Amino acid sequence: MSGYFNDLFSGTKSLAVGMGITLKYFFEPVVTLQYPHETLKMTPRFRGHIDLVKDEETGESKCIVCGMCQKACPSGCITVEGEKKEGAKKKTLSSYTLDFTKCSLCGLCVENCKPEAITFSKDYNLAGPSREAYVFDLVKRMKERCSP
Amino acid sequence: MGNYTELLRLLAYLVGIIAFAALNAAYLVWLERKEAAHIQRRIGPKEVGPYGLLQPLADGIKLMTKQLIVPAGADVILFKVAPLLILAPAIASFVTIPFSETLVARNINLGLLMIFAFASLNVMGVLIGGWGSNNKYAVISAARAVSQNVAYEIPMLITAITMVMVAGTMNLNEIVMQQPNIFKWYIFRFTASPLMPVAFLIFFICSLAETNRAPFDMAEAESELVAGAYTEYSGMGFGVFFMGEYANVVIGCSLATILFLGGWQSPFGVPADAHWSLFLFKPGILWFLIKLYLLCFTVIWVRWTYPRTQFYGLLNLSWKYLIPISLFNLLLTGAMLKVFQS
Amino acid sequence: MSHLAQTQTQETFVLNLGPQHPATHGVLRVKLVMDGEYIVHAEPVLGYIHRMHEKMGENRTWAQFMPNTGRLDYLSALSYNFGYAAAVERAAGITVPERAEYIRVITTELNRISSHLLWFGAFVLDLGGFTPLLYAFDDREQILDLLESVTGSRLTYCYFRFGGVYNDIDDNFVPGSLAFIKRLRARMPMYHDLVTKNIILMKRLIGIGPISAEMCRRYGATGPVLRGSGVQFDVRKNEPYSVYPEFNFDIPVYHECDSMARYMVRMDEIEQSMRIIEQACNKLPEGPIMAEKAPKIIKPAPGDYYFSVEAARGSFGVRIVSDGTNTPYRLKLRSPTFSNLSLFAEASQGMLLADALALMGSLDLVIPEIDR
Ligand code: SF4
Ligand code: SF4
Repeated sequence: MSGYFNDLFSGTKSLAVGMGITLKYFFEPVVTLQYPHETLKMTPRFRGHIDLVKDEETGESKCIVCGMCQKACPSGCITVEGEKKEGAKKKTLSSYTLDFTKCSLCGLCVENCKPEAITFSKDYNLAGPSREAYVFDLVKRMKERCSP
Repeated sequence: MGNYTELLRLLAYLVGIIAFAALNAAYLVWLERKEAAHIQRRIGPKEVGPYGLLQPLADGIKLMTKQLIVPAGADVILFKVAPLLILAPAIASFVTIPFSETLVARNINLGLLMIFAFASLNVMGVLIGGWGSNNKYAVISAARAVSQNVAYEIPMLITAITMVMVAGTMNLNEIVMQQPNIFKWYIFRFTASPLMPVAFLIFFICSLAETNRAPFDMAEAESELVAGAYTEYSGMGFGVFFMGEYANVVIGCSLATILFLGGWQSPFGVPADAHWSLFLFKPGILWFLIKLYLLCFTVIWVRWTYPRTQFYGLLNLSWKYLIPISLFNLLLTGAMLKVFQS
Repeated sequence: MSHLAQTQTQETFVLNLGPQHPATHGVLRVKLVMDGEYIVHAEPVLGYIHRMHEKMGENRTWAQFMPNTGRLDYLSALSYNFGYAAAVERAAGITVPERAEYIRVITTELNRISSHLLWFGAFVLDLGGFTPLLYAFDDREQILDLLESVTGSRLTYCYFRFGGVYNDIDDNFVPGSLAFIKRLRARMPMYHDLVTKNIILMKRLIGIGPISAEMCRRYGATGPVLRGSGVQFDVRKNEPYSVYPEFNFDIPVYHECDSMARYMVRMDEIEQSMRIIEQACNKLPEGPIMAEKAPKIIKPAPGDYYFSVEAARGSFGVRIVSDGTNTPYRLKLRSPTFSNLSLFAEASQGMLLADALALMGSLDLVIPEIDR
C-alpha cells in the first residue's frame, strides 16, 4: 500500500519537475540562427569544394599540372589538363574540372598538392537546377573570383 | 415575428460558433508551433505575417489546394465521412458552452450531459477513419482509440457526476453562477470535498486522453504508427481531422474552466460597490477566454514535455489510480454533502 | 506467449515497418508478423542502403579508402576513421606520435558524446517526446562546432591519416573542449530530471526488452547493449589501444538487461568520455602530429591484420589482408550494429509493437553502418 502512494507521489513529482524544466526554457532566449537572414562565418578549416589558388605574382594559377590531385582523389572527380606554351619550360594549366557531385570532401587532393595550388572554398550555399551545374570549371571560377 | 428573431439569433450563433471553432483550430496550431518552438528554444513560424500570425492562413490554403487522395481499397464513404464525424460533434458541443452570462447559443438544462454525449462520438471518427482507410497502421490506431476510450471515460464521468452532485444542476450557466469568486471556484471548494484539486487534475488528464493529446496520443503515435488513423488522409481531409482535434481541445478546456475555474466569472468576485468599468471585477467573456487559453497553453505545454505513455500505462493509470481516487472522491463528496447540508 | 496466435488457424497479419518509417531512422525494413499488437515474428530486411564499401576498398589505395570509413556510422565517424587508420598502421608498422594519439582520443571521445547525445534525442523521440531531442541538438551543436574548426567537416569526418592526423588542433580547441565539458556537466542533471526520472519514461523502459548476456554472446552484440546486460566488456579496457591506458575512466555496466539499462549505460558513458577528454586536454603533449617516417605510399607487408576499436555502438573491427600492393587484397569491416540488430528478431518476439520500438531504439541502430 505504501508502495502505491510512493509511486503516486514520486511519479507526480517527476512530472511536475519536467513541466518546470520546459517552462524555464520557454522563457529563455532562443538559440537558433535565423538562417537566410543571418549566416555564420565558416571556420578557416571548413572544407567546401576545392578552388584554385591564384599566384599573386603572375596572376595565374599556382598549379604546375603534376596531376597528383587527380591521382589521389578517391572518387575521380578531378580532371586536370595542361599545355606546353611555345618556349615555356613547364606546362601551364589549361583546364581544371571538378565534378562536385562525386566529391567526398576528404581533403586528399589538397594534401597531395605540393605547390599548394588548391584550397577548400568556404562556399556552402550551393544549389543548382541540374547535375551539370555541379561540374565546376575551377579556372573560370578563379578568374571570376579575382575580377570583382 | 418572435419566431423569426429566434431563428435569426440561432443562425447568428451558428455562424459565430463555426467561425469560433475554425479560428481556434487555426490559431491553436499557431500557438502550438510557437509554444513548442520556444520550449525548444527556437522561434517557430515567423515568415508569414508579423510573428508568423498569418501562417495558419498559408497552411489552410496549402491544405485546401492539395489533392484528396482516396487510397485503393478504401471504403470511400467511411473514409470521407470520418473527418466530419470528429468535427461536427465538436462544433455541436459549442452550442451549450456559456461564454458569458448571456452569450450562450442554447442554455440547455442538460448541457453537461449533451457535451459528454457528443464527446463520445469523437472516437467514432477515429474508428471509422482508421477502418475505412484500408491501412494496417490506421486499423491498429483505430483499435487503440477504442480501447483508450474505455480507459479514460469512466474516471471522467465519475468526476463529472461528483461535480453535478456538488452543483446540483447540469446547466452549465448555473454551475458558473455558483462560483462568483476565486474562493468559491469548485477547484478550491474544500467544503464540498478536500480532494477537489485532485478531481480537477483527474478531469484534466482525462480530457487530454479524450482528445488524443500527448502523452496519451497512442492512436496517433507518429513514431509507431506513422500517423495512425490519419495516415492516409491528405489535403483538407487531414485538415478537418485537425480542426476537429483542436475543437475538441477547446471543448475539453472550456468544460474544465466551467466546472472548476468559475467559467466567465472574475476571480476577484464582484464587490458590492463595484465600478462596472473596472475590467478586473467585471465578469464576462474575457475572463472565460483567458482561463480557456491558459488551459490550452497547458495542454500544449504537456505535449512538448513528456514522452508518450504505453498502452498498458494508460490502463494502469486509469484503473489503479484515476478510477479508485475519483470513486473515493465521489463517496467523500456525497458524505460531506450529507453532513453539511443536514 | 500463450495469448499469441500459435497456430495457423488464428489470424495474423504482416506489417511492414519501413523501409520508410519514422521509427527506423533510415531505410531499415522490419517485416513483422503480428497478432493484433503483439509481434509473433520479426525479420529485419537489409540491403536498402548497401554501398559495397568492402568491395570499394579493394579497388582503392589504402589512403583512398579513408573517406569511406566516415560514411559507415555517420554519427561517430571518427571511431571508424580511428579503427581503419590504426589497422593500416599496424599492418605497415607505423608508430603514431603521442600528440597525434592524444588528439585522436580527444576528437573521438567528443564524437562519441555527440553520437550518444543524438541517440538520446532520437530515442526519446521514438518514445514520443520531442523536446529533449532539440536540447540534445543544442549541446551536440557545440561539439560539431569544435570538431568543424579542427577537422573541417561536421559529420562525415575524414581527419585521421596513417601516422597521425590531417592537421593540428587550433588554439581554441582545448579551452573550447573544456568549456563544453563544463557546460554539459551542468546540463546532465537537467536531462536526468526531464527524461531519466520521468515516470512515463521509466514505465516504458524498465523491464522492457530484456536481452540476456547469453543472447548477446550468441549474436555477438557489443557496446552499450552488452554492457547493459551486465558484461563488462569495452575494447578500450579489454584490448587497450592508442593512449587509452593512460587515462582514468570507468566502464559503466548495468545488470538489469532491459532498455533502461542500455539507456543508463549510454548516459553514464557520456560522463566517462568527458572525464577522458578532460584528462587528455590537461596532459596534451607537444610534438609532431604526423609520424616522420610514414611513407607516402603505403604498401603493407603481405599478411592478415586485425584491429578493433570501441565505437559509440560497440566494437568495430577492421580486418585487412594485404598482398603487398598499394591496394588491400581484402577489407572486412565488422560493424557493431549489424550484430546488435540481429538479436532484435529473437528479442522482440511476443512484445507489443510500441515496446518493440522502444527496444529497437535502445539498440541504437545506424542503418548505413549495418548495410555498409
Ligand atoms: S576532396 Fe577528396 S573527393 Fe573531393 S576532389 Fe579532393 S580528393 Fe577528390
Ligand atoms: S596537385 Fe596541385 S599542382 Fe598538381 S595538378 Fe593538382 S592542383 Fe595542380
